[in-house]
Order: sequence, then C-alpha cells, then structure tokens
Amino acid sequence: MAGTLYKKPILFAIVVTLAVLAGTIVMMVLPMFSESMHPKLANLKPYTALQLAGRDVYQEDGCFYCHTQTVRPLKAEVMRYGEYSKAGEFAYDQPFLWGSKRTGPDLARVGGKYTDKWHYKHFNDPRKIFTGSNMPSYGWLADHQLDPKDAEARMQALGFPYTKEELTELADKTKLDALVAYMQTLGSAVPKKPKQPMIAPGDKNPLINDTTALAEGKKIYEMNCAACHGVDAKGDIGPDLTDKEWIYVQSPIGDDTVFTLIADGTKKDQEFENRKAKGGMPSWGEFFGKKKIWSLVTYIRSLEEK
Amino acid sequence: MSEATVYEWKPVKGFALSGLFWGAVSILIGLYISIQMWMPELNFPPYLTYGRLRAVHVNGLAFGFAVAEIFALSYYIVQKLTKKALVFPKLAMIQLYIFNVAIVAAAVSLLMGYTQSKEYAELEWPLDIGVVILWVMFAVNVFATIIKRKVEQMYISLWYIIATVIAVAVLYIVNNLAIPASLFKSYSLFAGVNDANVEWWYGHNAVGFVFTTPILAMFYYFLPKATGLPIYSHRLSIVAFWSLVFMYLWTGAHHLVYTPLPDWIQTVGIALTMFMIAPSWGSVVNGYYTMGGNWDKMNTNYLTKFFILGITFYGLQTIQGPTQGLRVVSQLIHYTDWVPGHVHMGTMGWVAMTVGASMYYTISKIYKTEIYSIKLANVHFWLVLIGQLIFSISMWILGIQQGAMWKAITPEDGSLTYTFMESVINNYPYWKMRTFGGALFVVGMVVFAYNIIMTVVNANKSAETDGTPAVATGGK
Repeated sequence: MAGTLYKKPILFAIVVTLAVLAGTIVMMVLPMFSESMHPKLANLKPYTALQLAGRDVYQEDGCFYCHTQTVRPLKAEVMRYGEYSKAGEFAYDQPFLWGSKRTGPDLARVGGKYTDKWHYKHFNDPRKIFTGSNMPSYGWLADHQLDPKDAEARMQALGFPYTKEELTELADKTKLDALVAYMQTLGSAVPKKPKQPMIAPGDKNPLINDTTALAEGKKIYEMNCAACHGVDAKGDIGPDLTDKEWIYVQSPIGDDTVFTLIADGTKKDQEFENRKAKGGMPSWGEFFGKKKIWSLVTYIRSLEEK
Repeated sequence: MSEATVYEWKPVKGFALSGLFWGAVSILIGLYISIQMWMPELNFPPYLTYGRLRAVHVNGLAFGFAVAEIFALSYYIVQKLTKKALVFPKLAMIQLYIFNVAIVAAAVSLLMGYTQSKEYAELEWPLDIGVVILWVMFAVNVFATIIKRKVEQMYISLWYIIATVIAVAVLYIVNNLAIPASLFKSYSLFAGVNDANVEWWYGHNAVGFVFTTPILAMFYYFLPKATGLPIYSHRLSIVAFWSLVFMYLWTGAHHLVYTPLPDWIQTVGIALTMFMIAPSWGSVVNGYYTMGGNWDKMNTNYLTKFFILGITFYGLQTIQGPTQGLRVVSQLIHYTDWVPGHVHMGTMGWVAMTVGASMYYTISKIYKTEIYSIKLANVHFWLVLIGQLIFSISMWILGIQQGAMWKAITPEDGSLTYTFMESVINNYPYWKMRTFGGALFVVGMVVFAYNIIMTVVNANKSAETDGTPAVATGGK
C-alpha cells in the first residue's frame, strides 16, 4: 500500500500538506488564539505619529539587523541593559523588531538612558561618542522632512489614535527627530526598579590617594565618559568637571555624592546636597561596580580646580 | 526510449544563467558589506548603507540566486525523471521574464528602504504578490508535468520538489500577511510576541524549504548521475524524507530562546530541533554509503567532491544548528557573529557546492557538450572550500569571544568586566579575516561563472559552425 503513494502525485501532495500543517498548526496557529500571545502591559501606550515615523525609519534603514530589542533574563544581560523584556511590551509592535544580531548593543532599555542631545550627536557621528564604533552616520536623516499626510495614512492603517495638531506639527520635524523620539520610547512601559544604594551616605573614598586607581580611573573616563564630558573634561553634552561648580552651584560636594551621581545617574529635579539636577546622566553602577567608580571619583577629583 | 521526448531546455537555460548573474551581483554586495563592518566610511547614505545593502545581499542570494537555480534545476530534474517535456513551456518563459523584472524591482525597492523588516520576508506587499504569482506558475508546470509523466514511480527528487512547492507557498503567504498603508508601506498583520512566532516559524522554514529540500532534490538526482552509482538505500530515503518534512515546521522557536515567547513553545521547538538531526543525517549517511567502495571517484570524477563536501557541510550544519538551539549554548552564542558563521557554512558550503556541481552537470548535458575546463572547476572547488572555512571558523571563534565578553563578571566586585565597546573593538581582526575568506570565495564563484559561460559560448559556437557537439578544451 505504502508503495502506491509514490505513484500517485495528488495523494502524495495531500499527505505532504498534512505533514507540513501538523507542526504549523500546533506551534503557530493554535498559540495565536491563546491569551498568552497577546499580553499588554497596563501602562503601554500606542505610538504617537512622531514615534511611529521614527519606528518606520528604524525599519527603513535596517537598524534591526545590528541592534536587538529583547533583554534576555540572564544575569549579565540584565546588569548590562536593564530589566529583562516582558511579553506585554510589544502589543503595538507590527512588526516586532527584536532582531537577531548584536553588532551594536541591545536597545530595549535605551529610552531615557541618554538625553536627546546625546542621540543627535551620536547619530551625526557615532565615532564622536565611541571612537571604536562601526555604526554608519545617520545625520543625513535631518535633511528629510516628515510628511503629515503619509503619517496619517500610517496611523490609520494601525488604528492608533492621533490628533490633527499632532500631524501638522510633524511638518517641521525631520526623520532624525522622529528616530530620536522613537529611541526615547523604547522600554518606557516597564517601570524602572529603584536602585539599591551601593554606598552609605558619608562614605569616604577608600582609593583617594591611590595612584593605580588614578590611572584606572583615567582609562575608564576616556573609554566611557569623555564622549559627553569632553576629552579634557571641560564639558560638552554633560557639564564641565574641572570647575568648582557641581549641579549648577559653586560649592564643594562630597565624594559620596559624586559616587552616587555616577552610580545612579540623575533624574529631573532629583536632589543632591540641596541642588536640583536637570537629569540626563545615565547610571553606571551595575556596569562599573564599586571599585571602578571609586577609581573614577579619584580621577575626577584630581581634575578639579583647587 | 527517451529519444522520442523533446525536452524544453529554454527555461532551464534562462533560469540557470539569470541565477548566475544575480548570484554574482549579490555575493559582491556581500563582500562589500563585510568591509563596511570594519570600515564604516564605506557607508554612502541613503542607498548604500549596511542596513539597506544587507537586505539586498540576503534577498539577492535567496531569491535571485537560489530560487532561480531551484526553478532551473527542478525543471531539468522533473522533465528527466518523468520523461516528459514541460507541459507549459511558454508559461515557464513568461515566468522567467517576470522573475527577472521582479528581482530588479526587489533590489531597487530594498535600496529605497521599502521593507517589511522581517528577515527573509523584507519585500513589500506588491512584490509579495509577484512572488506568489511566480510560485504558482512554477507549481502549475511542476504538477502538470508530474501528473502527465511517462514513468510510473516518482523518484526521491520529485518528492522533495513537491514538498518545496507546497511548504514555501504556505509559509510565504502566511508570514507576509500585512495591512497596506500605501503602495510601498505596510504593517504586519500580527503584533509583538505573536508576530515573532509567525516570523520564525517562517524564517526557519524558508531555510528548510529553500536551502534544504530543493537542494536535497538536486543531491539525490545528480550524485547518482555524476558518479553512476545508485542511491544506497531507498528505505532510508523514505524515512529521512517524511521525518524531515514533518518535523521542520515545529522548530522555528529555537530562534527565540530566552525571548518573551511562552516557554512551552521554546521548549517544544528546541526538542523537535534535536530530533531533526536524524532525518538530516539520514541523507548524509545515504550519500556516504552511495559512494560505497568507490571513493576513488573523489579523485577521478571532478563533480563527486562537490557533492560529498556539500553533504558533509549539510551534516555539520545539521549538528551545529540543533546544538545552538539548546538553551545553554544559545545563551552564549545567540546574537553573536557565531550565527552568520553558521548560516554561511550552510549557504557557502552545502548550497553553493551542490548547486555548483549540479549546474556543471546540467549545463553540459543540455548544451550537449563537455564542461569548458575541469581544471577551472577544480580551482573553483578549492577556492570556495577554503574561503568558506576561513569565513565560518573565524566567525565561530569570534562568536564565542563576544558571548564570553558580554557575560564576563569581575569576581572581586561582581561588576561587568567589559563595556560593549570593548567587545566591538575585539571584533575587527576577525571581521577583516572574514572579508579575506569571503574574497577567496568570490574569486571561486567568478571562476565558476566564467567556466559555465565559456561552456555555453563554445557550445553555441560549434553548433553554429558545424552542428557537431563541442568537446572539452580544458584540463583532464
């Protein structure tokens, strides 16, 4: 009986179809009808017209070929990028943009990590921020205006809510503005966990007069901090670190506060020794660990005007 | 017996040579983007940036090269195995013209940034409709010719071709379902986690039914033809075929290990991926045993080594692939350069070797001549082999290093040892090594193309002058 199958092409084709459909139905079709495939976080919002335009640019220029948007629940990965990705974060993502390769870092938690200014500088010339970067420059996106009519058709296709004013405002925005706006939404639906303080208030720098720590701090500074504070530490996107001013006030600040600024970063209106921050400093605590941050404090303090 | 049949070789020739052209263009783009990886100044926006060219490279080779050769060699194999001329030769020629127009449109649209941005399904919706029409044309000719066949029993290669026609149709249509916003822009019908699951159900099986089943059809047909040795076991072929066709569709989720996709889908996907070793190695073992005591043919018949090395890389690929699916391995090498190393062993090793040898055989048969130069074919073989090994091995070493650097934690204070940038800087020597390997491979493929073209040119010349078949002018 089995032998006749190979003499009957129609029957053969039917059996092949059934074989192909078995896995298809169990693994792809049936899950589609289960709740677990369509979760939505409580504070997840549809993209605005500007954010969606940015997401479209992300697609157009193949950003997903080099950047992923899923943080795996692995220790080092959560330390590097932040809270692991949740299924409910992606309900408005058509298509999903998780990617499959990290030529550049994961971007799932990049929203709010850097200031808009940082992003513009980085897109214009990635090597101005990271000297070893191989990312192409995307400053040319600033030469392309957005088209409100096109944006409307796109919002309608996805059924996202929008207002007329929102669309008219797009007319004086560029593709680069849109891309930056999109960057800032990534991961915004997941609440950031409060950071455990790494040191106690009033802690002294144990590496204060340590010359190896000074050299180590210099290396870390050049690798990670120079992009925003300048190679000479005289400020660029971030403030000058060589003057007497700390968070817009001309008065000295404790080593423990400098440590906390580096470890936790700053949020708008956050208070540090009775000064109000404007936000924009990313947090480096999990990345560097205590020893490297103290080394960095040693180095930064050595730059300060006496 | 077959003397009476006048076969339709025009579509075979057309697709074979079109594929050769698009293949050459696409591997040159591949070489170029490999240089962009370590020389970002070579990105010329907006059209010639890595993000756009990568799509052209992958689609050019999958659709422009692989699918063209699948059309060409399937039309050859189907006619030969049914002893029946193609039922609709004119349809096949129309298919050829539409195909070439579609490839040009595809390349231009991807350079313009029109993309659905799903891997292997980048083409926007109007082109998707074109692809479906082309595939239906292919299916009509294949099925019509098989139904009107003059040989009762369908040989193994026909099974694989039928499976290819059916599976690709199902996969392509479902994954490309989209909501158009304009002529050149659409959004996936599926969202988030569900979209990811549909995409990798598709993505993994696009590999399965474009780079595996039709290539196995070629292997099962051309290995016995080239060597004169019958396939070792018919029963093994049956077991391998059905288990492969059944299991492939379950496995896509191994691309989504440790993502928010529900755990059970990941686990079932990984488990079935492990089972896939059996049917894959069924074909590998069948190939090796077909050689039986005739391994001297590796030396005496220039095509044999292509097929045997091809199936060897298929065997390695199908051990490496399932291993990568395991959670413990995935967490180290996923998202690293290991993965392009893996992919390129399959495409540059298994696919390029098998298709290359099948083309040498087919072109010399349908032009009733010998290959232009066996010596050049041997040069082609070694360049392609060495180029591919340098490419893959350097990417595997790099992938393990990247994975290790990303997860390294300094014991003294539990902080991450390396910044991401440090891992990028570590990549450069290996990326340059890949370009070197890739360049060797490209030279090998250029030699291949030259050899095929010269064979055709000589055959046409001698057909014009005296109508007698040309003979080999090359080495032994």
